[in-house]
Amino acid sequence: MRKMWYNGRRTNLYIGESPNGGTMLSLDRISFSVETEQGRKQILKDVSFTIDSPFTVITGPNGGGKSTLAKIISGIYTPDSGKIYFNGQDITDLGVTERARLGVSYAFQTPVRFKGITVSDILKIAAGKDLSVSEACECLSNVGLCARDYLDREINNSLSGGELKRIEIATVLARKTPLAVFDEPEAGIDLWSFGSLIKVFENMRDSVNGSIVIISHQERIMNIADKIVVISAGQVERQGTKDEILPYLFKHDSMCDALKGKV
Amino acid sequence: MIDQIEKNLLKEIADLHGIPEGAYNIRKNGQTESRSENANVTIVTKTDKPGIDIYVKPGTTKQSIHIPVIISKSGLEEVVYNDFHIGQDAEVVIIAGCGIHNSGACASKHDGIHTFYLEKNAKVTYVEKHYGDGEGTGEKIMNPQTILYLGENAYLEMNTTQIKGVDSTDRITKATLEAGASVVVSEKIMTHGKQYARTEFQVDLNGEGSSAHVVSRSVAKDQSHQIFDSLINGNSKCAGHTECDAIVMDDATVSAIPRINANNVEAALVHEAVIGKIAGEQLIKFMTLGLSEKEAEEQIVSGFLK
Ligand SMILES: Nc1ncnc2c1ncn2[C@@H]1O[C@H](COP(=O)(O)OP(=O)(O)OP(=O)(O)O)[C@@H](O)[C@H]1O
Ligand SMILES: [Mg+2]
Repeated sequence: MRKMWYNGRRTNLYIGESPNGGTMLSLDRISFSVETEQGRKQILKDVSFTIDSPFTVITGPNGGGKSTLAKIISGIYTPDSGKIYFNGQDITDLGVTERARLGVSYAFQTPVRFKGITVSDILKIAAGKDLSVSEACECLSNVGLCARDYLDREINNSLSGGELKRIEIATVLARKTPLAVFDEPEAGIDLWSFGSLIKVFENMRDSVNGSIVIISHQERIMNIADKIVVISAGQVERQGTKDEILPYLFKHDSMCDALKGKV
Repeated sequence: MIDQIEKNLLKEIADLHGIPEGAYNIRKNGQTESRSENANVTIVTKTDKPGIDIYVKPGTTKQSIHIPVIISKSGLEEVVYNDFHIGQDAEVVIIAGCGIHNSGACASKHDGIHTFYLEKNAKVTYVEKHYGDGEGTGEKIMNPQTILYLGENAYLEMNTTQIKGVDSTDRITKATLEAGASVVVSEKIMTHGKQYARTEFQVDLNGEGSSAHVVSRSVAKDQSHQIFDSLINGNSKCAGHTECDAIVMDDATVSAIPRINANNVEAALVHEAVIGKIAGEQLIKFMTLGLSEKEAEEQIVSGFLK
């Protein structure tokens, strides 16, 4: 069962070789709604954008629909309408597992807790193979954790919020997929580690040669973005390079408040 | 002579690959197959009923005692009484277990009744594994009873596992604790097919400062049925905790019947029971790491019972 999903196919998935000229992921008029007690609630409406550069940051106010979008990309939610293309392939109808095996990773905003599953277990599952101690060590030291202290720890309530978040990031790093979506990776991570976290993303970009999508409210993360997409009230409010978007974000008062609230 | 099938049973229940170190008594198809004693551990066959008395000298340390039971003859039914007398300050590891290989059509049944008498300050780790296999249609039945008497400041840790192949089990564990004594029980059960497992715990916390910690983790698959029935009587200033944590799959059913009785105003008793299917978000997390739903389920179950 523990085989490498990419088995030498990984290079085929690299960004430069995708059929439609370097677009890793493209969302085409995605709409999504849920049934609530008060009736149908529209959460995403006609969201279209492409991810074609190493670093894309998705930002916007709380409740805007960012995490929902990440779940649509990873296949956890199925859109009511619209299409998703990964490397030119229509993946709209593929399930979570199939997308994961194609090379999509998603680090949850709220990491899942388990009973009896250890850090070393989940890293093995993520890597799709047995990891040597030094490989596991590398994964964990990237997120500032010492393998000796953590490999045998269970992923349950005994871990602090920040530790869980770091382990969540480490599992996605261990997968080394061409597309990785991180949902507010900085949340709960202390300021001291924040700089190293940014370095980790930069290293990841250089070694995997794929695309990293970071959902974030942090200006320091937006500063390393090639592209910023602002999602608000379920729609793309604006998108562009960081030079185009950052001035807009920080003069826009209501948005500013929302962002300040998170930082 | 121990043949290949029996060797496998021994491996499953006692991790034994050969003759164990330390004292042992191997019971096979209703009779003592081999036995080893030493200066600190004496084993005496009972004369009034099937079974043995095991005496551990006071002050004994670093001793392991293996008492596996294997049944490879279809249709054998037995009730065995094993009594453990653990002297003051002694510290021992006792590895018991029962493996049944049933290749016939008749039921094979082993009811082991284990009684432990722990003197003051004695410390016991008791490991028990139950395992069944064999291609026959005959049922493999085990109804173990464990009766624990813990003297002052005695400590007993009991780890029981029943993961495979036992069709029907009705387990009773009873403990009586004197002042400062403590008992820690951890039980792991997995049932599948049409299996039935009932476990009953009854703990009397009589002495001041005594404590009990009972944790049962189980997985019920297919059409199997499990019952967890626990009772803790807090009769003095004491601490008691029972926990039943069960995963239900397919058409299986699980019932938890917890009771905690505080008969003393200083008794601190807690019961927790969680029964439900595998959390959807756990499955999804593993699927985002590339596992199929089935693989994710297997990983979650095996971690849970680890
Ligand atoms: N299953 C659901 N049922 C009802 N409402 C939902 C559901 N999932 C999401 N929503 C709503 O959809 C909106 C978007 O939620 P989402 O989690 O995507 O926001 P977000 O942009 O990630 O916010 P944050 O910055 O706080 O993480 C919110 O108003 C949320 O309450
Ligand atoms: Mg969110």
